[in-house]
Amino acid sequence: MRIVAEHLSYTYNPNTPFAAAALKDVSLCIEEGEFFGIIGHTGSGKSTFIQHLNGLIRLPSSMKKYRERKPKRGEQLLPRPTLRVGSYDLSEKTTDFRALRKSVGMVFQYPEHQLFGETVKEDVAFGLKNFAEKGKELSKEVETSAVREAIEAVGLNYGEVAEKSPFDLSGGQKRRVAIAGVIVSRPEILVLDEPAAGLDPLGKKEIMELLHRLHKTWCKTVIIVSHDMDEIAENCTMSALFAEGTVKYCLSPRELFQKAEELFALGLDIPLVAKLCRALDERGIHIDCDYTAADFVKKILALKRGEGRA
Amino acid sequence: MKEVAFGQYYPVDSFIHRLDPRLKLVFLIAFITAIFIASNFWGLGACVLVLAAIIVFSRVPLGKVLRSVRAIAFLVLFTAVINLLFYAGETVYFQWGILVVTKEGILFSVFLVIRLLLLVICSSMLTYTTTPVALTDGIESLLTPLKWIRFPVHALALIMSIALRMIPTLMEEAERIQNAQKARGADFESGNIFRRIKAIVPILIPLLLSAFRRADELGDAMEARCYMGGKMRTKYKKLKFSWRDGLSLFVCVLLITAVVLLRIYLGDVI
Repeated sequence: MRIVAEHLSYTYNPNTPFAAAALKDVSLCIEEGEFFGIIGHTGSGKSTFIQHLNGLIRLPSSMKKYRERKPKRGEQLLPRPTLRVGSYDLSEKTTDFRALRKSVGMVFQYPEHQLFGETVKEDVAFGLKNFAEKGKELSKEVETSAVREAIEAVGLNYGEVAEKSPFDLSGGQKRRVAIAGVIVSRPEILVLDEPAAGLDPLGKKEIMELLHRLHKTWCKTVIIVSHDMDEIAENCTMSALFAEGTVKYCLSPRELFQKAEELFALGLDIPLVAKLCRALDERGIHIDCDYTAADFVKKILALKRGEGRA
Repeated sequence: MKEVAFGQYYPVDSFIHRLDPRLKLVFLIAFITAIFIASNFWGLGACVLVLAAIIVFSRVPLGKVLRSVRAIAFLVLFTAVINLLFYAGETVYFQWGILVVTKEGILFSVFLVIRLLLLVICSSMLTYTTTPVALTDGIESLLTPLKWIRFPVHALALIMSIALRMIPTLMEEAERIQNAQKARGADFESGNIFRRIKAIVPILIPLLLSAFRRADELGDAMEARCYMGGKMRTKYKKLKFSWRDGLSLFVCVLLITAVVLLRIYLGDVI
């Protein structure tokens, strides 16, 4: 499913002294199959944007009360915001938001804080039961096998954790359970807000590996929101940079991190590898890499070998 | 949700906003007393006049002020209708079974409606113009005499201010959890009352857990900084009595005097 957003705008607490514009005329396209990274400061609108993707924040035109406004004479109306996710048009009132939420899974920040089930099994099955068609109860076998698959997909041992209370697990395990609770309904798009926040370096690496595994087998598109430039450079195929409620760039990490000066001007950092490349550049050594550590090492080694031969 | 979360504080700078919170609290108590002392329309009129002045000087939009009435609109209506139909007066306009509409009944229900509206609006004016923090400071300061009977005024004030401080945080948390469960297909809007109550469980459990976690963390953080309530603590914001407060106090005394005199000389509403 392809995501196409055009002219999205959103203001929190409109018409009050607390009004705050979170999105200003955002247009963005996310192709199917990407491992997409969304970068930006706190308050840049990235979280607001992703909440649009599964209809947690509705476009005004999809609300029941919405009436098309006629432009006053001489007034130019802003272009109508639209958002398409696959075949769902989120600016329509008739959109089936339940079906949409089934196909767009969303994992919030610190998802382990949203666990509530008595057992891991029960918590993971929550989404599955909710998305089951009305009137058609899922059979126990179908439910159990789906839950088992999801728990195993996130790298946990079903037999070990299924009957435990989710609150007895370790932090990393809890987060995996929370992710299992989202992917259990087999979403085509998986959106994660800071999936690695608050984990130690090893935990971060494991979560990212898990997401790559899921990307290949479970969900066609994975979208992550992140502060960590290294994470974006290492993992993403495309990235969008949000600043002050607008999309400043939508480029591959390789192209994005070449704009070091622009990023610094926005108060953002570049990945460590990109910094190394810049430092080497200043010393007259140009390395053309995609800013992943693996590629950098490969290119450096190739250069060294070349020098050795010469 | 946000609406409740911010209390009702309306952030503008005005004469009323700048008043000492202690004074505002005393004023509120005096004002409520005045409303109950007032026994006729002249007395209430004096109260209405003062409240109108407060609203004008507070620069809170009238629409916002009237919004606070909406919550008790039913109660007001109910009181009015009951009194209108059952008040046993002398000048009967209309009678049907036990229901009577009398001149006195009409006057009395109008009187009650005005009284109720005054009560609600004056209390919400306090919350519109005073931040929760200033309010707790004021309450703490006013309760100081209770220290004589070993009442833990400071602890009480601390509990109140932490509770108030945490309301928006918990609201935000609740909203976040609600969104997360919605993303997993939870449905909070449809179904009968029992279904809806059951649907709240996935919000309530994580919310309680996070409240306890926060409380723990806050307690640890305070202890780590050697927090000790009571005598030795100084205040960042000292409450000061200014000419505005003096003027308001004068208005307050004037109002009470006026209402008492009006009660003595003009008698009851009917």
